[in-house]
Amino acid sequence: MQIKLGKENLHSEFVKLIERISGEELANCYQCGNCTGGCPVSYAMDFGPREIIRLLQLGQEDVVKKANSMWLCVGCLQCYCRCPKGVSAAKILEALRQITLRKGEDHEAIKEVPFPFLKNAPQQAIVCGFRKFVS
Amino acid sequence: MKIPYYPGCTLNTVAKGFDTSARHSAVLLGFELKDLDQWNCCGAAFPLTPDNVMGLTAPAKVLSNARKEGDTVTTLCSVCYNVLKRTNKVVRDDKEKRAVINGFIEEEYDGSLNVIHFLEVLRDKIGFDNVKKAVKRPLKGIKAGAYYGCMLLRPFEDMGIDNAEAPTIFEDLLKSLGCEPVEFPNKIECCGAHLAMGNEDVVTKLSGNVLSSAKNKGAEIIVTSCPLCQYNLEKSQQRLAEGAGNLQMPILYFTQLLGLALGQDEGSLGLDKNLFDVRPVLKGKGV
Repeated sequence: MQIKLGKENLHSEFVKLIERISGEELANCYQCGNCTGGCPVSYAMDFGPREIIRLLQLGQEDVVKKANSMWLCVGCLQCYCRCPKGVSAAKILEALRQITLRKGEDHEAIKEVPFPFLKNAPQQAIVCGFRKFVS
Repeated sequence: MKIPYYPGCTLNTVAKGFDTSARHSAVLLGFELKDLDQWNCCGAAFPLTPDNVMGLTAPAKVLSNARKEGDTVTTLCSVCYNVLKRTNKVVRDDKEKRAVINGFIEEEYDGSLNVIHFLEVLRDKIGFDNVKKAVKRPLKGIKAGAYYGCMLLRPFEDMGIDNAEAPTIFEDLLKSLGCEPVEFPNKIECCGAHLAMGNEDVVTKLSGNVLSSAKNKGAEIIVTSCPLCQYNLEKSQQRLAEGAGNLQMPILYFTQLLGLALGQDEGSLGLDKNLFDVRPVLKGKGV
C-alpha cells in the first residue's frame, strides 16, 4: 500500500474531529501494539487497533473509513486497560462509528434484524446493538 | 437490612431467574432487595464519546431517583453496574457535565450515591464467611469456572470491584459455597457482547474460546453475572454443537448457584430456563 504523506493529511479536519469526539490525542500512541495483542476481535479486523491509530496519525481517512474495524470493536476496553500510555483505542473506534451514525447513516438495518433475536436476546443486547449500529 | 435495588430491563424479562434467585438468597442471608420506586433503562452501554452527554441522561435519571431512597443502590447485571457506576463518577467529578445532565433530567443530582454490585454486598456487607455459615447444601466437588467478562471489571479506575487482570471475588464466593473454582485463561475475555446482533460468527468464536478454555481446565459449569454473557455462551454452545465441538455445560448466574447452596426452593431459581440443566451435574456428585 502506498501512502502519500503531507501536511494536509497529518492535520486534516477528519483527524481533528476524531480527537474531538474521542477526547484522545492520537500522537500519544507510540505503537507498542499492546492494544491489538489484547483485542479479542482484531483477528477479524481489516486493521487492528494499533494499525487504525497509525493510519489516523498518518491522516489516512479513506483507508480507515473503508475498514471493518470500527464495526467489530465490542468496547470491552482490554486495549485501554493494557495501554502503557493510557490511550483508549475503543474511544477512537467509537468516534469513527459516530462520524457515520451522526450523519444518519445506519450500519444495521432495523428491518433486517432477525425476529428470533429480538424475541430471545437479552434487552441489553438489543439496546446496545441499536446504539452502536443505528443512527 | 433493606438495600435499594435496580433490576434493569433484562432481569425483568429474559433473565428472571437471575433476579428471583438473588431476591430469595438475600432473604436467606437476612436482608432484602428493595426495588426502586422508579427506574428506567440504563442505556446498556457507557458512552465512549466524551463530547456528548446525551447517553448519560438515562443512567443519571436512575441514579437521581435512587438517591431519593438512600445512599446506596445495588444491581446484579454487570452492564447496568458498569453504566451506573461510571455515570455516577462523571456526575460527581465533572461539574460542567453535571449541570448539563441535571438540566436535561430536571433534577439536582450530585453524584453522592454509592453504586455497588450484589457481589460486593455479599463480600463487604454480609461477608463470605457468613455466606459460608448459611450454606445448607455445600456444592462439594462441583468444578465451576468463574467467568467475569468485561463490564464487571473494566476500566479498573472506575469499577474498582477487584483486580482487573487477576480478579478473585467470584472464586472467593464459589469457595464459600463449597465449589472448587477452576482458573481458566479466558475468564476476563469478551464473549462478543452486542455483536450477537448481526455478527454471530465472531460471537461463536469468542464465546467458543471462553468455553473451550474453561473446559480444558476441567470446568463442569460456568458461572457469570451478565445476562448477555450467559446468552452468548449458550447460543454458541448450540451453534458449535452443530459442528465438531462439544462444549456443552450449564451456564449459570452466580445467584442460581448461591440459591442452590443456601437450600432455596429449586422452582424459584429459574433453572429450567438454562439450556443445560445443572441438576444432573449436582446429582452426579451426590450434592
